[in-house]
Amino acid sequence: MADQTQALRREPLANAHGGSGGVRLTPAKPASRISLRARADAVGALSSALGLDLPIRPSASAISNGRMALWLGPDEWLVIDENGADLMAAAASAGAMHSATDVSHRNTAIIVSGPGAATAINSGCPQDLSLKACPVGKCSRTIFGKAEIVLLRMSEDTFRVECWRSFSPFVFGLLAEGAEDAAQ
Amino acid sequence: MLLIHCPYCGEDRSELEFRGAGDAHIARPTNMADISDAEFEAFFFLRQNPKGIIYERWRHIHGCGRFFNAVRDTVSDRFIKTYKAGEPKPDINAAPATDAKVETYEALEGDAR
Repeated sequence: MADQTQALRREPLANAHGGSGGVRLTPAKPASRISLRARADAVGALSSALGLDLPIRPSASAISNGRMALWLGPDEWLVIDENGADLMAAAASAGAMHSATDVSHRNTAIIVSGPGAATAINSGCPQDLSLKACPVGKCSRTIFGKAEIVLLRMSEDTFRVECWRSFSPFVFGLLAEGAEDAAQ
Repeated sequence: MLLIHCPYCGEDRSELEFRGAGDAHIARPTNMADISDAEFEAFFFLRQNPKGIIYERWRHIHGCGRFFNAVRDTVSDRFIKTYKAGEPKPDINAAPATDAKVETYEALEGDAR
Protein backbone atom coordinates (compact mmCIF):
# COMPACT_ATOMS: atom_id res chain seq x y z
CA MET A 1 0.00 0.00 0.00
CA ALA A 2 1.27 3.44 -0.90
CA ASP A 3 2.30 5.64 1.97
CA GLN A 4 -0.04 8.42 2.67
CA THR A 5 1.51 11.83 2.46
CA GLN A 6 0.19 14.76 4.33
CA ALA A 7 0.66 18.38 3.35
CA LEU A 8 1.98 20.50 6.16
CA ARG A 9 0.80 24.05 6.30
CA ARG A 10 3.76 26.38 6.50
CA GLU A 11 3.33 29.94 7.63
CA PRO A 12 4.53 32.49 5.08
CA LEU A 13 7.01 34.01 7.52
CA ALA A 14 7.68 30.84 9.53
CA ASN A 15 11.41 31.31 10.01
CA ALA A 16 11.68 35.01 9.40
CA HIS A 17 13.72 36.99 11.85
CA GLY A 18 14.92 40.55 11.79
CA GLY A 19 15.07 43.76 13.70
CA SER A 20 17.66 45.87 15.39
CA GLY A 21 18.51 47.40 18.76
CA GLY A 22 15.48 49.68 18.63
CA VAL A 23 12.93 47.67 16.67
CA ARG A 24 11.65 44.12 17.06
CA LEU A 25 10.03 42.36 14.09
CA THR A 26 7.85 39.38 14.96
CA PRO A 27 5.67 37.40 12.56
CA ALA A 28 2.18 37.47 14.09
CA LYS A 29 0.39 34.31 15.18
CA PRO A 30 -1.90 32.67 12.61
CA ALA A 31 -5.36 34.22 12.73
CA SER A 32 -8.66 33.98 10.94
CA ARG A 33 -9.72 37.02 8.98
CA ILE A 34 -12.66 38.16 6.94
CA SER A 35 -13.08 41.03 4.56
CA LEU A 36 -16.51 42.37 5.46
CA ARG A 37 -18.67 44.68 3.37
CA ALA A 38 -22.03 45.89 4.61
CA ARG A 39 -24.35 48.86 4.41
CA ALA A 40 -25.00 51.10 7.38
CA ASP A 41 -28.32 49.39 8.25
CA ALA A 42 -26.60 46.00 8.76
CA VAL A 43 -23.83 47.27 11.03
CA GLY A 44 -25.81 46.84 14.25
CA ALA A 45 -26.73 43.20 13.59
CA LEU A 46 -23.19 42.34 12.44
CA SER A 47 -21.70 44.04 15.48
CA SER A 48 -23.74 41.95 17.90
CA ALA A 49 -23.06 38.76 15.89
CA LEU A 50 -19.31 39.38 15.89
CA GLY A 51 -19.27 40.48 19.53
CA LEU A 52 -17.65 43.88 18.98
CA ASP A 53 -18.79 47.22 17.64
CA LEU A 54 -17.83 47.68 14.02
CA PRO A 55 -16.25 51.14 13.93
CA ILE A 56 -18.09 53.78 11.90
CA ARG A 57 -15.58 56.55 12.34
CA PRO A 58 -12.86 56.71 9.64
CA SER A 59 -9.60 54.98 10.57
CA ALA A 60 -11.03 53.67 13.86
CA SER A 61 -10.67 50.14 15.20
CA ALA A 62 -12.36 48.00 17.82
CA ILE A 63 -10.47 45.35 19.75
CA SER A 64 -11.75 42.86 22.31
CA ASN A 65 -10.56 39.41 23.39
CA GLY A 66 -8.15 38.89 20.52
CA ARG A 67 -10.71 39.96 17.95
CA MET A 68 -10.25 43.19 16.00
CA ALA A 69 -12.39 45.08 13.54
CA LEU A 70 -10.52 47.60 11.43
CA TRP A 71 -12.26 50.34 9.45
CA LEU A 72 -10.98 50.25 5.87
CA GLY A 73 -13.69 52.22 4.08
CA PRO A 74 -17.19 53.59 4.70
CA ASP A 75 -18.67 50.11 4.11
CA GLU A 76 -15.63 47.88 4.48
CA TRP A 77 -13.93 46.27 7.48
CA LEU A 78 -11.15 43.80 8.08
CA VAL A 79 -12.09 41.53 10.97
CA ILE A 80 -9.28 39.51 12.55
CA ASP A 81 -9.59 36.82 15.22
CA GLU A 82 -6.34 35.64 16.76
CA ASN A 83 -8.02 32.66 18.42
CA GLY A 84 -8.95 31.14 15.07
CA ALA A 85 -12.72 31.52 15.52
CA ASP A 86 -14.99 30.87 12.55
CA LEU A 87 -15.72 34.45 11.59
CA MET A 88 -17.64 33.47 8.45
CA ALA A 89 -20.16 31.55 10.55
CA ALA A 90 -20.36 34.38 13.07
CA ALA A 91 -21.10 36.92 10.34
CA ALA A 92 -23.62 34.61 8.69
CA SER A 93 -25.52 34.29 11.97
CA ALA A 94 -26.20 38.04 11.95
CA GLY A 95 -29.16 37.65 9.60
CA ALA A 96 -28.41 40.98 7.94
CA MET A 97 -27.33 41.53 4.38
CA HIS A 98 -23.56 41.64 4.04
CA SER A 99 -20.69 40.27 2.00
CA ALA A 100 -17.95 38.38 3.83
CA THR A 101 -14.89 36.77 2.28
CA ASP A 102 -12.53 34.52 4.20
CA VAL A 103 -9.05 36.01 3.72
CA SER A 104 -7.35 34.14 6.60
CA HIS A 105 -4.65 32.69 4.37
CA ARG A 106 -4.40 35.62 1.98
CA ASN A 107 -3.02 37.85 4.71
CA THR A 108 -0.24 37.52 7.17
CA ALA A 109 0.90 40.03 9.75
CA ILE A 110 4.11 41.37 11.23
CA ILE A 111 4.28 42.95 14.68
CA VAL A 112 6.68 45.87 14.70
CA SER A 113 7.54 47.00 18.20
CA GLY A 114 10.10 49.04 20.03
CA PRO A 115 11.04 52.71 20.30
CA GLY A 116 12.04 52.88 16.63
CA ALA A 117 8.92 51.14 15.27
CA ALA A 118 7.41 54.25 13.67
CA THR A 119 10.73 55.14 12.06
CA ALA A 120 11.07 51.64 10.65
CA ILE A 121 7.59 51.79 9.10
CA ASN A 122 8.23 55.30 7.79
CA SER A 123 11.09 53.86 5.75
CA GLY A 124 8.45 52.68 3.28
CA CYS A 125 5.27 54.50 4.27
CA PRO A 126 4.93 58.30 4.10
CA GLN A 127 2.12 58.58 6.67
CA ASP A 128 2.57 60.79 9.71
CA LEU A 129 2.96 58.27 12.55
CA SER A 130 3.40 60.77 15.38
CA LEU A 131 1.07 60.09 18.30
CA LYS A 132 -0.86 63.27 17.53
CA ALA A 133 -1.69 62.28 13.95
CA CYS A 134 -1.81 58.53 14.59
CA PRO A 135 -3.13 57.78 18.09
CA VAL A 136 -3.29 54.29 19.55
CA GLY A 137 -6.06 52.32 17.84
CA LYS A 138 -5.89 54.13 14.52
CA CYS A 139 -5.76 51.90 11.48
CA SER A 140 -5.47 52.55 7.77
CA ARG A 141 -4.99 50.75 4.52
CA THR A 142 -1.96 52.32 2.93
CA ILE A 143 1.18 51.75 0.89
CA PHE A 144 4.45 50.33 2.21
CA GLY A 145 7.14 50.42 -0.44
CA LYS A 146 5.41 48.76 -3.37
CA ALA A 147 3.00 46.68 -1.33
CA GLU A 148 -0.40 47.51 0.08
CA ILE A 149 -0.64 47.05 3.84
CA VAL A 150 -3.15 47.56 6.61
CA LEU A 151 -1.49 49.37 9.47
CA LEU A 152 -2.83 49.30 13.04
CA ARG A 153 -1.26 51.10 15.97
CA MET A 154 -1.72 48.71 18.90
CA SER A 155 0.19 50.78 21.46
CA GLU A 156 2.53 53.73 21.52
CA ASP A 157 5.41 51.72 20.13
CA THR A 158 3.72 48.63 18.66
CA PHE A 159 2.23 48.37 15.19
CA ARG A 160 0.54 45.51 13.40
CA VAL A 161 1.35 45.41 9.68
CA GLU A 162 -1.06 43.22 7.69
CA CYS A 163 0.02 42.36 4.18
CA TRP A 164 -0.76 39.78 1.54
CA ARG A 165 1.25 36.60 2.05
CA SER A 166 2.94 36.81 -1.34
CA PHE A 167 4.20 40.28 -0.44
CA SER A 168 5.31 39.25 3.05
CA PRO A 169 9.01 38.55 2.21
CA PHE A 170 9.22 41.99 0.58
CA VAL A 171 7.46 43.73 3.46
CA PHE A 172 9.51 41.90 6.08
CA GLY A 173 12.73 42.63 4.21
CA LEU A 174 11.99 46.33 3.85
CA LEU A 175 10.95 46.53 7.52
CA ALA A 176 14.23 44.84 8.50
CA GLU A 177 16.15 47.44 6.46
CA GLY A 178 14.11 50.21 8.08
CA ALA A 179 14.78 48.72 11.51
CA GLU A 180 18.52 48.91 10.85
CA ASP A 181 18.18 52.55 9.85
CA ALA A 182 16.02 53.33 12.89
CA ALA A 183 18.74 52.04 15.20
CA GLN A 184 21.33 54.48 13.90
CA MET B 1 5.28 64.60 -1.92
CA LEU B 2 1.83 65.74 -3.00
CA LEU B 3 -0.80 65.32 -0.29
CA ILE B 4 -4.42 64.79 -1.30
CA HIS B 5 -7.34 65.22 1.07
CA CYS B 6 -9.66 62.21 0.96
CA PRO B 7 -13.22 63.34 1.83
CA TYR B 8 -14.10 59.84 3.10
CA CYS B 9 -11.05 59.28 5.31
CA GLY B 10 -11.12 62.95 6.32
CA GLU B 11 -7.37 63.44 6.20
CA ASP B 12 -4.50 64.22 3.89
CA ARG B 13 -2.77 61.20 2.41
CA SER B 14 0.16 60.77 0.09
CA GLU B 15 -0.41 60.79 -3.66
CA LEU B 16 0.93 57.21 -3.76
CA GLU B 17 -2.42 55.98 -2.44
CA PHE B 18 -4.48 57.63 -5.17
CA ARG B 19 -5.21 57.08 -8.81
CA GLY B 20 -6.76 59.53 -11.25
CA ALA B 21 -9.91 58.49 -13.09
CA GLY B 22 -10.55 61.17 -15.70
CA ASP B 23 -12.94 64.09 -15.86
CA ALA B 24 -15.81 64.46 -13.39
CA HIS B 25 -19.41 65.54 -13.94
CA ILE B 26 -19.80 63.89 -17.33
CA ALA B 27 -23.43 62.89 -17.56
CA ARG B 28 -24.08 59.64 -19.36
CA PRO B 29 -26.91 60.04 -21.89
CA THR B 30 -30.07 58.27 -20.80
CA ASN B 31 -30.99 57.47 -24.41
CA MET B 32 -27.67 55.86 -25.30
CA ALA B 33 -29.07 53.76 -28.17
CA ASP B 34 -30.64 56.74 -29.91
CA ILE B 35 -27.83 59.27 -29.98
CA SER B 36 -25.79 59.89 -33.11
CA ASP B 37 -22.16 58.88 -33.53
CA ALA B 38 -21.10 62.50 -33.19
CA GLU B 39 -22.99 62.87 -29.92
CA PHE B 40 -21.48 59.64 -28.63
CA GLU B 41 -18.02 60.84 -29.60
CA ALA B 42 -18.59 64.08 -27.72
CA PHE B 43 -19.73 62.21 -24.61
CA PHE B 44 -17.18 59.42 -24.71
CA PHE B 45 -13.98 60.82 -26.16
CA LEU B 46 -13.88 64.59 -26.29
CA ARG B 47 -12.47 66.39 -23.26
CA GLN B 48 -11.49 70.00 -22.69
CA ASN B 49 -8.02 69.51 -21.17
CA PRO B 50 -8.06 73.06 -19.79
CA LYS B 51 -5.07 74.97 -18.56
CA GLY B 52 -6.11 75.99 -15.08
CA ILE B 53 -9.00 74.60 -13.05
CA ILE B 54 -10.22 71.11 -13.88
CA TYR B 55 -12.85 68.90 -12.19
CA GLU B 56 -11.67 65.33 -11.95
CA ARG B 57 -12.57 61.98 -10.46
CA TRP B 58 -9.96 60.41 -8.22
CA ARG B 59 -9.90 57.12 -6.40
CA HIS B 60 -8.32 56.42 -3.02
CA ILE B 61 -7.44 52.99 -4.29
CA HIS B 62 -4.82 52.06 -1.68
CA GLY B 63 -6.87 53.51 1.17
CA CYS B 64 -10.63 53.49 1.58
CA GLY B 65 -11.20 52.52 -2.07
CA ARG B 66 -13.72 55.31 -2.72
CA PHE B 67 -14.10 57.43 -5.82
CA PHE B 68 -14.39 61.15 -5.10
CA ASN B 69 -14.20 64.38 -7.07
CA ALA B 70 -11.44 66.96 -6.94
CA VAL B 71 -10.89 70.45 -8.24
CA ARG B 72 -7.30 70.78 -9.37
CA ASP B 73 -5.22 73.45 -10.98
CA THR B 74 -3.40 71.85 -13.90
CA VAL B 75 -0.64 74.45 -13.87
CA SER B 76 0.43 74.29 -10.25
CA ASP B 77 -0.94 70.76 -9.66
CA ARG B 78 -2.58 72.11 -6.50
CA PHE B 79 -5.76 70.47 -5.26
CA ILE B 80 -8.17 73.32 -4.54
CA LYS B 81 -10.98 71.20 -3.13
CA THR B 82 -12.04 67.57 -2.88
CA TYR B 83 -15.61 66.45 -2.28
CA LYS B 84 -17.59 63.22 -2.14
CA ALA B 85 -18.94 61.60 -5.27
CA GLY B 86 -22.52 62.65 -5.98
CA GLU B 87 -22.17 66.07 -4.40
CA PRO B 88 -22.91 69.05 -6.68
CA LYS B 89 -20.15 70.69 -8.64
CA PRO B 90 -18.74 73.44 -6.40
CA ASP B 91 -18.65 76.94 -7.74
CA ILE B 92 -14.98 77.82 -7.94
CA ASN B 93 -15.05 81.23 -9.54
CA ALA B 94 -11.91 82.46 -7.88
CA ALA B 95 -8.97 83.11 -10.10
CA PRO B 96 -6.83 80.02 -10.63
CA ALA B 97 -4.78 79.70 -7.50
CA THR B 98 -1.62 79.35 -9.46
CA ASP B 99 1.42 80.02 -7.39
CA ALA B 100 3.51 82.80 -8.88
CA LYS B 101 6.56 80.73 -8.06
CA VAL B 102 5.53 77.94 -10.40
CA GLU B 103 7.99 77.87 -13.26
CA THR B 104 5.69 77.97 -16.24
CA TYR B 105 7.02 78.41 -19.74
CA GLU B 106 5.56 81.91 -19.92
CA ALA B 107 7.13 82.96 -16.63
CA LEU B 108 10.55 81.84 -17.68
CA GLU B 109 10.60 82.56 -21.41
CA GLY B 110 7.87 85.12 -21.93
CA ASP B 111 6.12 84.80 -25.24
CA ALA B 112 9.33 84.41 -27.19
CA ARG B 113 8.70 80.99 -28.62
